[in-house]
Amino acid sequence: MTKIYIFSALLISYFAYSLAVYTRGTDETASGPLPGKTEVTLGKRLYQEKNCSSCHQLYGLGGYLGPELTTAFSDPNRGELYLRAFLQNGGPRMPKFDFTEKEINSIISYLEYIDHSAISYRKK
Amino acid sequence: MNTHPAQLPVNNSYSTDNQSRSYLMLSLCYLLLGLLLGTLGAFQYLLPDLLKNKISFQQARPLHVYLVISWIFTAAQGGLYYYLPRVAGRELYWKQGITVQLLLQLCTSILIIVSFFDGQFGGREYFEFPPSLGMGIALSWLPLLINFFLTLRPDYRTAPVYIWSWGTGLVFFMITLSESYLWIFDYFNGNIVRDMTVQWKAMGSMVGSWNMLVYGTGMYVMERISGDKGPCRSKTGYFFYFLGLTNLMFNWGHHTYIIPASPWVKTVSYVISMTELLILGKIIWQWKSTLKDARKNYHHIAYRLLVFADIWIFLNLVLAILISVPALNYYTHGTHITVAHAMGTTIGINTMLLMASVFFILKTENEEGVESGRKTIHAGILISNAALAVFWGSLVASGILKISSSLNRESFSYTMTKSIPFFKLFTYSGAAITAGLLLLVFIALWLLYPEPDPLPPAD
Repeated sequence: MTKIYIFSALLISYFAYSLAVYTRGTDETASGPLPGKTEVTLGKRLYQEKNCSSCHQLYGLGGYLGPELTTAFSDPNRGELYLRAFLQNGGPRMPKFDFTEKEINSIISYLEYIDHSAISYRKK
Repeated sequence: MNTHPAQLPVNNSYSTDNQSRSYLMLSLCYLLLGLLLGTLGAFQYLLPDLLKNKISFQQARPLHVYLVISWIFTAAQGGLYYYLPRVAGRELYWKQGITVQLLLQLCTSILIIVSFFDGQFGGREYFEFPPSLGMGIALSWLPLLINFFLTLRPDYRTAPVYIWSWGTGLVFFMITLSESYLWIFDYFNGNIVRDMTVQWKAMGSMVGSWNMLVYGTGMYVMERISGDKGPCRSKTGYFFYFLGLTNLMFNWGHHTYIIPASPWVKTVSYVISMTELLILGKIIWQWKSTLKDARKNYHHIAYRLLVFADIWIFLNLVLAILISVPALNYYTHGTHITVAHAMGTTIGINTMLLMASVFFILKTENEEGVESGRKTIHAGILISNAALAVFWGSLVASGILKISSSLNRESFSYTMTKSIPFFKLFTYSGAAITAGLLLLVFIALWLLYPEPDPLPPAD
């Protein structure tokens, strides 16, 4: 019976911990300001639909063929113009996606939003 | 069928054995395709234009990831379908369930592969296919859940550790699969910190769930080979199972040190830390000390695969402990060192354990066939493990180089150029891993393929 009790206690702890992570552990205040919700939402959707994570990482999630993008927006060596150039023209390894101007602005807004949230990452 | 004194009485045949073999064949096909696409993806690091217009890296990577993950859980499921009647001592509760699951999974896989070739993505790490197809995966697991609990009807007070492990793996796969799709709700999707944290949480625990399935299989195979029922019913065995379960539930957090979630999320994960791999190492260690030579020699292929898994457990354990220290994780996260850990685990541990299960079943069913391919099988095991050692080392070296470049503020393109020697090393050694594992895959497929019934004699 002890095994069943231990298992039940762990399971209850797991669900309680999950609930805490979904709420207080990741509340809105930790994520930084949102630079225009509609644009960011469209940018995120495009980032997923074009499967950008196969080559790029955000907070460590994604592939390694392209550069990490969490703080690309505020990086003094990259920044908005650098991102815009690659989104418009592609690169030696990056496909040319033929994005519209609106789509490019949305993806950049999404990356700006990520960048704002990267409080602990920026020190890296 | 020949009998051997070391062979335990597991040779009773059950009416679903052919379907179990079909399931194992499907898993080997996933591995075959996954290895080929992984090799293509690795070569695209060196030759960016290679098949760029046919299968771009953007397609090759998700295909490779999906197929190799499918190999792991399908091989575990196929083994489970074969072992369940033998553990329970009766036929499966829902015999047609195995065929239903096979068809559901095959249809889902075809749709996923077509969607990748068609350029339709969901864009989430690991599950890069459109989210609606996740429902197909969830549905395809239901027959196994039904069969597991209703065939075994386990008494958990006395059930061996592998039954706990299998049951946990099955239930937590469903929980974490559902959790990985919480992002479709705006409450999660609209907050990047919550979205990233929950994605890492779901995926970290999902890996734990399939590890439970694989480790359960490994422990069952060990028990059958050694004939010693003690380790899987000992207090130490249960202690390590519960430690593993705690890790499955809470140790995902070391992936999220860099995400600005609340500090207690990171503290909990650090306290729990990575001890999961130690668990199996301990059990294998116990098992090896009790293994009799006769049994070891009889199941020499499964034994050798388990020993290699043991070596990879210890290597990955060292790496896992190092990268779970926050001060080191800060630099190693997002480098190929994380990939080295993932590859060491999926190839070195999971694949070796699952191959041990496949060859244990083959040896039990077709001893002569396995013996006739003995040299090739051993060559395959040796080539894949030696190549994996080079592959693993080159990934760690590439990660260290990236850390050094990052500290020196070097540009991404310059870092990539400097990394080319390591990319060459991991591409060529990756191709050698593929070659070694394909030897095992082809022999296993050949032996699993059902022989046609002999023609009736002509009048």
